[in-house]
Amino acid sequence: MLKDSPSTPPCIHFFEVVMMITKRIVLHFPHRVADQPIVYKLARDYDLEFNILKAYITPEEGGLLVLELRGENKNYNQGIQYLAGVGIETQPLSQDVIRNETRCSHCGVCVPLCPAGAFVVEPSTREVHFHDTKCIACGLCVKFCPIRAMEVSF
Amino acid sequence: MAKTIKEINEKIKKGEAVVVTAEEIIDIVEKKGAKRAAQQVDVVTTGTFGPMCSSGAYINIGHATPRIKLGGEQAYLNDVPLYTGFAAVDALIGATALPDDDPRNKTFPGEFKYGGGHVIEDLVAGKDLELVATAYGTDCYPRKKLETWVNIKDLNEAVLFNPRNAYQNYNVAVNLSDKVIYTYMGMLKPKLGNANYCSAGQLSPLLNDPCYKTIGIGTKIFLGGGVGYVVWQGTQFNPSVPRKENRTPSAPAGCLGVLGDLKRMSPEWLLGTSMLGYGTTLTVGIGIPIPVLNEEICQCTAVKDDDIWTQIVDYSEDYPQGKKGSLGEVDYAQLKTGKIVIEGKEVPTGSLSSYPKAVEIANTLKKWIKKGDFLLTEPVAYLPGPNTGYTFKPLEERPIEN
Repeated sequence: MLKDSPSTPPCIHFFEVVMMITKRIVLHFPHRVADQPIVYKLARDYDLEFNILKAYITPEEGGLLVLELRGENKNYNQGIQYLAGVGIETQPLSQDVIRNETRCSHCGVCVPLCPAGAFVVEPSTREVHFHDTKCIACGLCVKFCPIRAMEVSF
Repeated sequence: MAKTIKEINEKIKKGEAVVVTAEEIIDIVEKKGAKRAAQQVDVVTTGTFGPMCSSGAYINIGHATPRIKLGGEQAYLNDVPLYTGFAAVDALIGATALPDDDPRNKTFPGEFKYGGGHVIEDLVAGKDLELVATAYGTDCYPRKKLETWVNIKDLNEAVLFNPRNAYQNYNVAVNLSDKVIYTYMGMLKPKLGNANYCSAGQLSPLLNDPCYKTIGIGTKIFLGGGVGYVVWQGTQFNPSVPRKENRTPSAPAGCLGVLGDLKRMSPEWLLGTSMLGYGTTLTVGIGIPIPVLNEEICQCTAVKDDDIWTQIVDYSEDYPQGKKGSLGEVDYAQLKTGKIVIEGKEVPTGSLSSYPKAVEIANTLKKWIKKGDFLLTEPVAYLPGPNTGYTFKPLEERPIEN
């Protein structure tokens, strides 16, 4: 987006394009970093807004964290590099929450039940689209989908 | 001029039959009128794909050496108990059967990951299944234990036999209570959080033949991706419910008992299904051809979602307590907009029945008929009609005094 609002700092060129991005990612923590303030550093050092969607972190055992991160593209990439540097594997959330396309019958029972509104019916075909960018990885659909077409594999 | 099924079959054999789906006939009748449409169209194909609990399959496993009599004893396929109350090596798999060690709803809501419906899907998919049986042993059937892999291709018979499928219309389920409930109509959020329905509406077989003028005992159908037959009215057949001017019932009414060769079916159209907090079932694909014998039948096949109404029922109190009553009436066009209004509140809707799959079934059946692979059958007997007084009764309990 073009950032030219009055709050733009004077040191930035008026027409400089600052790309803001929002991404949902899964962080796999090795046990040796499970006790470090990783999210705090992402916010402080890389100016990334975070929203914790899911967390299973046990000291000495490692764990998993699902985050929504928002910030400047440049800062986001540097933040990801920082994570890789300390040994945390990251991957897009969409790789971990998937719909088994051969199994899904497009019935649509998931549509009103998904708290994130990630399932939307296409009115002309009645097919159900899964918007993985909206998914918050709550895992509810995995249990209520009658034919078990949704899979979460962190 | 009226047509006969025999005449239609002659056209099918010559590849001259005009076959359309129950969706396509709507526009044709709107543009040409039912009279002209009836002259031009020979067959209308319908379809439905939804969870149907009264489904099962009977099998004959063949005699082992030495022989064992499963009849009256215990037998399991992939840990799911079979009904064995038949002759020595016949058994029945019911869609809702659960392994003995399934925790059910002990940890609520139970997940019901694997049951009879899944066994049927795995069998149709050609997977090897574990058969374990114990017996008391007789002079002619001495063996007491059997543990073996079985595969559908080795069974003497594998027959899908569903006593109640293809409901003609169904309730819209809602929850008026203040806690989440888990039902056979899916998860229902509190205080009218969602409304679940289960019908293919304008594509649904019995809604296109509302008074059972063509669909009867002996009607050849698409069943689970193969060929099957209507063998009886479904259990709980209830043609006597209120009907609209177009003769479609505005509540659950007719249903069908169906049967077909499981060996020729496909796992794509028989899906093991797990209803959270409720149990297992089988999602079944059914398609029925309707011969357009006259203008009246043609007009019935042109029914639209806007013209099919159903009742909104509370599944937190009214349904479980057997209380009659409806929170209102709604048509399928409204349901398909994704929201309806109940007691002044906008409620999002969800469907348990897959409309895209119903379309696929109707199109598949259309293709079979157009190719000349599928001829229509004359019913050998008709189902009880709306004016026969045939109905469905609740259980009148008579306490047993010891």
